[in-house]
Amino acid sequence: MLRKLRIGLAAIFYAAITLLFLDFTGTTHKFLGWMAKIQFLPALLATNVAIVIALILLTLLLGRVYCSIICPLGVMQDIIAFFGRKSRKNRYSYSPAKNILRYTVLVLFIVAMVAGVGSAVALLAPYSAYGRIAQNLLSPLWIAGNNVLAYFAERADSYAFYTAPVWIRSIATFSVAAATLVIIAILSWRGGRTYCNTICPVGTFLGILSRFSLLRPTIDTAKCNSCGLCSRNCKASCIDGKSHTIDYSRCVACMDCLENCKKGAISYTYKRTKATAEAEGCDASRRSFLSVATLFAAGTIAKAEEKKINAGLAIIEDKKAPVRETRIVPPGAQSVRNLANRCTACQLCVSVCPNEVLRPSSNLATLMQPEMSYERGYCRPECTKCSEVCPTGAIRLITKEDKSATQIGHAVVIRENCITQTDNVSCDNCARHCPVGAITMTRSNPNDKASRKVPVVNTERCIGCGACENLCPARPLSAIYVEGHVTHRTI
Amino acid sequence: MENNKNINRRDFLKRLNAATAAIGGASLVGCGNASTGTTATATKKEKSGGMTYRTTPTTGDKVSLLGYGCLRWFSLRDKETGIIDQEGVNELVDYAIAHGVNYFDTAPVYCDGECERVTGIALNRHPRDKFFIAAKISNLSPEQFSREETLKMYENSFKELNMDYIDYLLLHGVGMGKGIEEFEARFINNGVLDDLIEDRKKGRIRNLGWSFHGDVKVFDHLLKLHDEGKYTWDFAQIQLNYVDWKHAQEEHPRNINADYLYGELEKRGIPAVIMEPLLGGRLANVPDHIALQLKERRPDLSIASWAFRFAGTRPGILSVLSGMPYMEHLKENIETFSPIEPLTQEDMDFLDSTAQQLLRYPTIPCNDCKYCMPCPYGLDIPGILQHFNKCINEGRMPLTSQDPTYREARRAFLIGYDRSVPKLRQADHCTGCNKCTQHCPQNINIPRQMKRIDRFVEDLKQEREFDKTTYIWMR
Repeated sequence: MLRKLRIGLAAIFYAAITLLFLDFTGTTHKFLGWMAKIQFLPALLATNVAIVIALILLTLLLGRVYCSIICPLGVMQDIIAFFGRKSRKNRYSYSPAKNILRYTVLVLFIVAMVAGVGSAVALLAPYSAYGRIAQNLLSPLWIAGNNVLAYFAERADSYAFYTAPVWIRSIATFSVAAATLVIIAILSWRGGRTYCNTICPVGTFLGILSRFSLLRPTIDTAKCNSCGLCSRNCKASCIDGKSHTIDYSRCVACMDCLENCKKGAISYTYKRTKATAEAEGCDASRRSFLSVATLFAAGTIAKAEEKKINAGLAIIEDKKAPVRETRIVPPGAQSVRNLANRCTACQLCVSVCPNEVLRPSSNLATLMQPEMSYERGYCRPECTKCSEVCPTGAIRLITKEDKSATQIGHAVVIRENCITQTDNVSCDNCARHCPVGAITMTRSNPNDKASRKVPVVNTERCIGCGACENLCPARPLSAIYVEGHVTHRTI
Repeated sequence: MENNKNINRRDFLKRLNAATAAIGGASLVGCGNASTGTTATATKKEKSGGMTYRTTPTTGDKVSLLGYGCLRWFSLRDKETGIIDQEGVNELVDYAIAHGVNYFDTAPVYCDGECERVTGIALNRHPRDKFFIAAKISNLSPEQFSREETLKMYENSFKELNMDYIDYLLLHGVGMGKGIEEFEARFINNGVLDDLIEDRKKGRIRNLGWSFHGDVKVFDHLLKLHDEGKYTWDFAQIQLNYVDWKHAQEEHPRNINADYLYGELEKRGIPAVIMEPLLGGRLANVPDHIALQLKERRPDLSIASWAFRFAGTRPGILSVLSGMPYMEHLKENIETFSPIEPLTQEDMDFLDSTAQQLLRYPTIPCNDCKYCMPCPYGLDIPGILQHFNKCINEGRMPLTSQDPTYREARRAFLIGYDRSVPKLRQADHCTGCNKCTQHCPQNINIPRQMKRIDRFVEDLKQEREFDKTTYIWMR
């Protein structure tokens, strides 16, 4: 019964959180957005004290149910492990805790968090690791399916579905997501919750608490016949059937053992027992895992062939991103620093950005954290989606009005690229589309009244939304581009 | 990326087809009505007179009142290879000739330069005296104004068509661009017109005329030349339909009403060939309640046939051109003209009131002729305008942000916009360079319309408030 309850709840959470990453229309976030916000690390980074305390209390009361129900990476491992068990029954066995490894990772993780090494934090944060998998690997399939429906909707003259673009935003992040999935899939197929109990810093931290949880599975030695069935089916490898002990720091309260025991010797009850076996040394060879650092290398992919165009349409060259001295982060992020410190790179903002602006950074220090670029779209005035979904407070909730007055960067004109100079035609597309009227057109040569007008930017007024950069007809490099600001300010 | 590419191309072709379907002249209302179909067949049996012909005063040609406009063969391009379906063209041409159509209008610039060759292949399968070919000199851009370039284009038409004489040669689009100055640069200063007159004497050109768009001063100037006997014209091609008859100037101050153009030609006995009888399809695909009025008056007639009958009624009309890339349109139009049922004065008045109603709809007078293309900055100008017009005609345009149907209309407009035109080719990318406007036979101020549509799209996207007055003034 408890097991079924756990599975039911896990299914709900898992489906809902996955949907958050798949739903590019942003409609479900209103109802389900809270599910991202109750994730442990995001709540911690958002200094959402109430949720952090609630999760701690939950663990002290029930054990690591967080890992079994709320954490999507945990549930994903359970799903993979389920199939692993199908292929070979009784495949697990008790193994001692890898304490040196897990506490080292935890300490390093805390150090990285304090020191603001965002990429290390992002790499290990479980919810974010799942987010990256969902965003990079599942979302393209989802959108492709949607596009098939849109194709038929179009033919049926229906507007129920519309086509959304499928594109890889960052090769580095995509590779990390794919590698994470492969590693975790192998680990969980073979050993169940290996990742959660050796690497995951959240798992380790909650493990410290769950040692003292009020309710926990306990073995009734009177009923137990030491068949070892529980050990061989414990995906956390934490039940030592011989000594009738359970390592509660690793138990994720999945309740599987309760139902597996033929003698009904295991029950989920309040019972104080002494803390279980300590570390017996690290068996690194058996539980070795790939150094994640090797995955940092970003591959290059051959640029997609230029579009073939029907006669009558000019070929449009793809835009190239300019070299920006300071990266641009979304309104609500407040500063590059705040985003770097709080973001766990879960990609939720990237998933919902309807303007194809947000993408994960490929810079090593801020790897996978969102940044903005305007080759495919610009930060539209009516949209505050990323700030609505961010669970960690890296992008704080912002209103449209505040956004329109928040300077996240400023535009810089490169006159040599401007088509008024290169093509000798008139153009005021940047000025015309500036939502704050920060661009004015002025004679390129003040002494020559016949000279073409070129844009000049009032940097005090510019908010850095990128409308000018995106809509600039100069290609591949725009004649006007946005340089990010380290600290956002209100104008 | 791959996916996107396909969709874009498909969308583009689909739109092309949709646009040309309208132009061909089939009425959607008519098609959907089974009883109308029966009546139409009955009418067909009644009409046993065959095609109506008009005679040219100069060469005595008996020209079919329905002329075949060959601009729109591009609708028969293969979606993958882009090759025009020659078999399809042959079939259409065969049917047309079998049913009395004998005037075929081509130009070197049509269908990306393939029009003459494709039409020539189809026509040369028939005896040369069974049809009349109309060809044009389309030296429309300044680099083609020189004598060499212009004559090269002219001679090339004979090669492409594979014919030794041209029945009707037109100076293409006089009045476009810079008016008289441009006309003189194209045909007078380089001496080309004198050569053409020579060729007319030799019989290489049987009839010499011009097609007129734009500046009325050029029209008057050409007729003055005719009156003075300097250059005489055997025929002229003008835009005429029941909207342009009295209201062309309301669409654009530079446009000239067709009643004036026709009147001036008739006075001099110059036969008129009619282009845009359907106003680029807009008179076949009218807003629903206008369609209903036309249907109520004559349930047996298609919407388009009203426009064709209007164009063909007057005796000074030599031929009414229709681009018919689809067999259904060809059949329907042949029926309309076999023989033509002239309009009564009462019908004319009725159509004028229809025209006035149509003008209240703020559609943009784009005929999808694609003269403006390619836009150097990649915009799909006709695609954008056609989407805009389609939404207006289907009554799906949110007229104010307070409209009860606003949300639905907004979604339909924005999603439909992305479907019809890839994002990169939408109106917000217009730089205002204005290279297109000079090529537009309808005098549409394209950059201005792009800005207007862009602003409208922004209003929808940002859900800004607007009301009925916001957009009318920008026309």
